[in-house]
Amino acid sequence: MTVLAGGPVQSVDWLAIAPPTIAALTGLAALVADLFLPPARKRALGWIAVGGLGLAMLSLLPLLDGDRDTFCLTTGPAACGYVVDQFTLVIQLLALGGALLTALLSTAAVPEEELPAGEFWFLLLSSAAGAALLPAARDLATLVIALEVVSLPAFALVGLRRGDRLSSEAALKFFLTSVTATAVTLLGVSFVYATTGSVHLATVAERLPEADPRLGTLATTGVVLTLVGFAFKTAAVPFHFWVPETYVGAPLPVAGYLSVVGKTSGLAGLILLVVLAFPGHDHVWAPGLAVLAALTMTTGNVAALRQRPERRHSAVRLLAWSSVGQAGYLLVPLAAAGAGEPAEAIGATIAYALMYAVVNLGAFAVAAHQSAAGAARRISDYRGLYGRHPLAALALGFFLLCLAGLPPGVIGLFGKVVVFQAAVDADLGWLAVVMAVNVVIALYYYLQWTALLFRPGSERQVVRSDSQSESELGSGLSGPHPAPAPGPGSGAGAGAPPRSGRFATGVAVSVALTVLLGIALSGAPQLVLRFATGTLL
Amino acid sequence: MLPVDDTTMSLLLAAVVLLPLLGSAAALLPAPPGLRGSGPEQAVLRHGVTVTGAVLAVVILLALAFDHDHPEAVQAETDLSWIPALDIRIHLGIDGVSLPLLVLTALLTFLCALHGYFRKPQGPSAQGFVALLLLLEAGTLATFAVLDLVLFFLAFETVLIPMYFLIARWGGAGRAPAAWKFILYTLLGSVVMLLGILLVGLRAGTFDMVALATDNGPDAPALSHAVQLTAVLAIGLGLAVKTPMWPLHSWLPDAHTAAPTVGSVLLAGVLLKMGTYGFVRVVLPIAPDGMRTLAPYLAGLAVVGIIYGSLACLALVRRGAGGDLKRLIAYSSVGHMGFVLLGIATMTHTGVNGALFANIAHGLLTGLLFFLVSGLKERTGSTDLDQLAGHTGAALYGRAPRLGGVLAFAAVGSLGLPGLAGFWGEMLALLGAYEPAAGLSRPLFLVCMAAGAVGTLLTAAYLLLVVRRVCMGDPEETPAVVPPEASVFPEPAVPAEPAVSAEPTAAPSPSERAWRHALPDIRAHEFAAWTPLIVLTLVAGLWPAALLGLTDPAVQHLLPGVPR
Repeated sequence: MTVLAGGPVQSVDWLAIAPPTIAALTGLAALVADLFLPPARKRALGWIAVGGLGLAMLSLLPLLDGDRDTFCLTTGPAACGYVVDQFTLVIQLLALGGALLTALLSTAAVPEEELPAGEFWFLLLSSAAGAALLPAARDLATLVIALEVVSLPAFALVGLRRGDRLSSEAALKFFLTSVTATAVTLLGVSFVYATTGSVHLATVAERLPEADPRLGTLATTGVVLTLVGFAFKTAAVPFHFWVPETYVGAPLPVAGYLSVVGKTSGLAGLILLVVLAFPGHDHVWAPGLAVLAALTMTTGNVAALRQRPERRHSAVRLLAWSSVGQAGYLLVPLAAAGAGEPAEAIGATIAYALMYAVVNLGAFAVAAHQSAAGAARRISDYRGLYGRHPLAALALGFFLLCLAGLPPGVIGLFGKVVVFQAAVDADLGWLAVVMAVNVVIALYYYLQWTALLFRPGSERQVVRSDSQSESELGSGLSGPHPAPAPGPGSGAGAGAPPRSGRFATGVAVSVALTVLLGIALSGAPQLVLRFATGTLL
Repeated sequence: MLPVDDTTMSLLLAAVVLLPLLGSAAALLPAPPGLRGSGPEQAVLRHGVTVTGAVLAVVILLALAFDHDHPEAVQAETDLSWIPALDIRIHLGIDGVSLPLLVLTALLTFLCALHGYFRKPQGPSAQGFVALLLLLEAGTLATFAVLDLVLFFLAFETVLIPMYFLIARWGGAGRAPAAWKFILYTLLGSVVMLLGILLVGLRAGTFDMVALATDNGPDAPALSHAVQLTAVLAIGLGLAVKTPMWPLHSWLPDAHTAAPTVGSVLLAGVLLKMGTYGFVRVVLPIAPDGMRTLAPYLAGLAVVGIIYGSLACLALVRRGAGGDLKRLIAYSSVGHMGFVLLGIATMTHTGVNGALFANIAHGLLTGLLFFLVSGLKERTGSTDLDQLAGHTGAALYGRAPRLGGVLAFAAVGSLGLPGLAGFWGEMLALLGAYEPAAGLSRPLFLVCMAAGAVGTLLTAAYLLLVVRRVCMGDPEETPAVVPPEASVFPEPAVPAEPAVSAEPTAAPSPSERAWRHALPDIRAHEFAAWTPLIVLTLVAGLWPAALLGLTDPAVQHLLPGVPR
């Protein structure tokens, strides 16, 4: 190796790239193992995936110093394609953790919805590998490729429900819009490359302001077009049309995955671009992002407000629209980064994203459990959940209050406070006001849902659940150990198994994990809020 | 004063906040062997009594150990860093303003738990009931004990959830809409309040109430007038919803009418005080300039509330109006809290002391009144005045003399008879309005004072009418429902002629006669629950210095530079 040190061949720091690599290799392993496993034992694939993701998260440990880089240019300016710093680590943790929770949720959903196991796990892990690669990418090419690695498997995941028209329609919609966005991004990247002659973010940032004045328009257009594709990933308005349909059509864990990991990837890309590559063009993207944030949160919250609880899929629709609204809050500090202190603003976004990931996946986990019990996924199905399944109701209530930002969901409140603070510090008073109004709108529908959980159940449900409620009241969710997961695995071939209201193991673990994380964060918000003061990039 | 060192004091205060919180979680667990009692329900209700009793004991210990020579100093202080990123600290402490409220809260919650133990709450599960009650206690105690603005907000919000469920799950008719209205009003108010708190905290650079209060002396205010004005508007709005100030009060009558007894007692006795406490603790010292600008408006609205509350009560107490006693007491609360707000709006020591005194007095008397009304409902099955009173009156004096006597005592105390607790607060509030702080328009406050004085007359009128209709009357009369539409105009009383107008054919059955005659008088557990309230009413009325000696130095400390 020493021979090559001065040559044109780049050295590879395998330890640094371990997290995405392990995820990708596990995906391949799952795909291959699928060929050799008899149908009855396909459940093992899920646990392979969970183990792989856990291993990938463990591989973050040796990197904690955050001072590694690899794929560096051996000649010319010092620039690296893959950098491990604190920002990378946090986002990788978020992406892999989110994927892990999704995998846990899917261990029950895959056999139950008769999804092809090998393909599912391969696609999920590939997408997770992309999500882990993206925050480390420091050149435009890697960034775009990573984004595509996140999204391409996601299209397939959305459409994986065989014979479901809604599912394939959602996948097609998602695919077409996403591909358009990617094409636009690529065009933007090519413009930026044409102006600066480099794809490395640091070099771009250096050369973009000093570019030939005659290329000014080209550079500006390039900046805007590049950002569009990433804005699409965060489901910012007006690139949000795919969200409700896609979430409804996708298997529920996948919807949760898209809302957290997919969104974080887009967001991480946006952060890298605006802070590292285009800091000189803040007069272009800062106002744009501010308007985008305001539009996104308003549209999302108003649409969520208008969901009728009796409609089919209203629960998933509401979660979808609320996730659009939350994306708006996530964008606020980015808009503030243009005017104020970028490091602190980015920190606010990261803190909020971490909170949102835990809480939203938790909400999806409970919804996954519930929708398995009654497939119409109406909000009105949640009426009286407390009577039928107290622990699930308490967990969901907690998550919804976190999303709303009310005690006992303290972390949701402080997440909003740091975002709000970022807006105020950057003198974006109007955006702060819009945000406050939106928080109030969101309060209404989150609270309505929460209140519904604790209302007395309707006649029909009481009759149906009478036999279950007695056993559930006592047992409930107490970790993975007791109560072998009933039905779904063994009954995969024999049509939809009749679910009791009990948690499947994977769902139980993910609900327990998210609840514990949520409570820990609410008790000690400093765990994530410290990013709002420290420097990440 | 007990000789207790500072560390123990702070531990005691921390225990006051943590005990009910832990007790609330423990209430959800099955009872440990040995404490099972006669059944799970009884065991958990007893658990509630034990925990609230322990909290009360600790609070009394704290009150005894409190340095009464320096009530203006923050005592039993704990100051820990919680979220360095936002500079939010766990800062607990008590002074002369918060100590009485702490005692009141602990006492009323204990009495409520006792009440629940003897009268099983009508609702889903006793476990949930006790857990919510304890959570409510933790939230209210924390509100009075914290000295950090953000923690204050959190504690303020924590109270909403248990109260919502107490109303929605254990309430009476119309509970679901009432509970929803309650939570929407107070939440919207709190969101606005949070914005105000953030504004203050981010502009001043700290959320610490003590630091903010000292920074914002009249000499060198840290916050500009515009910021203070906005902060007072925003924080004041949230507090005013809770107090409640006219015209933001309309959630209160519904919530009170629908709430179970325990909910009503705590709502009136403790929760409303959080609003006025916030004015004294947060708004007055932190944004005095903004408050000075807005004080006349606050005084005006307070006086409108006084008059409006009493007129509404007068309308409810009329024969045939179908007035509900709980609703009537709720409206009377609007009037009483009007006096508290008026006292605060004067920005004088006299007025604010009066406000704090009226706060405590209202907590004691309204708590007692709600207990009495629930006792009445247990005996007669109704709180509807017309149903209770019939033609001549419900005749409690004749049928249950002790109950009637205590009811009359509470009503007279509530109308502000000198010698009972209700008098001093309203008197001092009006006195403060006679000579408001410098910079406030004296003529306006004189008008407010005059209107408030008229309000005391109206208050006396409706409370005496309540006594007339509930306590007096002919014990021989059979109960006859007065058709509401038939008696818009008060009919001449038809003494001793049973059911002539209402049901001419139906002769009163023996059982009805028996109902009319025999009402069980005060039972032992009721006596035990009400005695502390009666005694404290008398003590506060006859020896006001006990309370004023605590609040006055603290108020002088919070309002520096004001001569009176």
